[in-house]
Amino acid sequence: MSLLLQNISLPLADFTLEIDALLQRQITGIFGPSGAGKTSLLDLIAGLRRPASARIVLNDRVLTDSAVGVVMPPRRREIGYVPQDLALFPHLSVRQNLLYGHRNDRQTRPMFCFEHVTEVLQIQALLARDTGDLSGGEKQRVALARALLASPQLLLLDEPLASLDADLKSKIIPYLCRVRDEFQLPMLYVTHDEQEVLALCEEVLEIRMGRMIGRRRLNSRNA
Amino acid sequence: MTTQEWQIVWFTAWVSALSTLVILPPGLAVAWLLARRDWPGKSIVETLVALPLVMPPVATGLILLKILGRRGVVGGFFHDRLHMDIIFTWRAVLVALGVMSFPLLVRSTQWAFEQVNPRFEQIARTLGASDGRVFFTITLPLALRGIIGGVLLAFARALGEFGATIMVAGYIPGKTATLSLSIYQSVQLGEDTTAYRLLGVSVALAFGAVWGSGWFMRRQRS
Repeated sequence: MSLLLQNISLPLADFTLEIDALLQRQITGIFGPSGAGKTSLLDLIAGLRRPASARIVLNDRVLTDSAVGVVMPPRRREIGYVPQDLALFPHLSVRQNLLYGHRNDRQTRPMFCFEHVTEVLQIQALLARDTGDLSGGEKQRVALARALLASPQLLLLDEPLASLDADLKSKIIPYLCRVRDEFQLPMLYVTHDEQEVLALCEEVLEIRMGRMIGRRRLNSRNA
Repeated sequence: MTTQEWQIVWFTAWVSALSTLVILPPGLAVAWLLARRDWPGKSIVETLVALPLVMPPVATGLILLKILGRRGVVGGFFHDRLHMDIIFTWRAVLVALGVMSFPLLVRSTQWAFEQVNPRFEQIARTLGASDGRVFFTITLPLALRGIIGGVLLAFARALGEFGATIMVAGYIPGKTATLSLSIYQSVQLGEDTTAYRLLGVSVALAFGAVWGSGWFMRRQRS
């Protein structure tokens, strides 16, 4: 995986998000306190926000290059996004949520087929349910599965465990590890929890007030 | 109720329903643009759309009269090219009701669109959906209750329209006589019994439409 974030500049309410980094690890943690600009960075990569300036290149595909006026729309970026509030479509069943962006790449990318993804995340029994009837942990897995079924090239996870208690977190982390190992999918994992970083990430960028103040490699996967 | 009175009720109901149906597509488009997009002149359009709410209805009617008359831009075109008059026909009633209820429809549906969490639309886009698919599969279904509430409110407004309608359509029994015009005419002629019967029907229809609108709006909010 290669994600180039160059000359990023996005004015926010209290500061300007300014990042320059080349990310090449499978899972990179974006670590920092609330309001540091982490979600804005993910929104920028997903194409949901317009930067003042930016050059974003994912595996040789230019997603944004403000210098030459290139802004690829979100639907063409092939980036899966699991936002903090999960944004499961409330008027659709679990199955309909999962199929919303499903691309049937059974031939070219068989690991993203419907049966495999739902089996890995153990949500086959939930398919007929309404999203409003799901528990917090089930919602997390469904949102993750929905993003995976769109066959993304990169997965953005915005504090996916923030709303869960410690007990539920410990149950969901193994699913995330399984997704990491099973799909070999590059991920950016936003969190302000050091334990999650240590459990999942190979590298971590620390952000405060829109600036990268630290970057460190983590030696091994602990989960 | 006499046959003529039922005919008035029926005419008012169907022309109100038709006018609401006609303004629905442009109303939804304008409401969505106001709720979801920033563009130059947005505040001007928002103000123009709201004007019929605050202007005297007869003033709006006068403007329509100038536009829809045989010497007007639209009325002239219809008369010369299509050999069709608008003024003092049911078509004038249709236009007057549509113009007067358009602001309510836009305001209500704009509110309904604003209640939809934009995050749903954004995530749908990251899942590969085009703007059109996002609108029809996410925005519209999630705003539907508020939209139905707005449609009922616009229908209720059309049912009671008087000032603009009398200007462009006049009171022609069997042709342009709506409930409100007929109530006014009955009072003028001293036919109080007829006026009260039509008043009762007006109250029942308006109550049903406004109550239904409120019910759908509350469901949208929750």
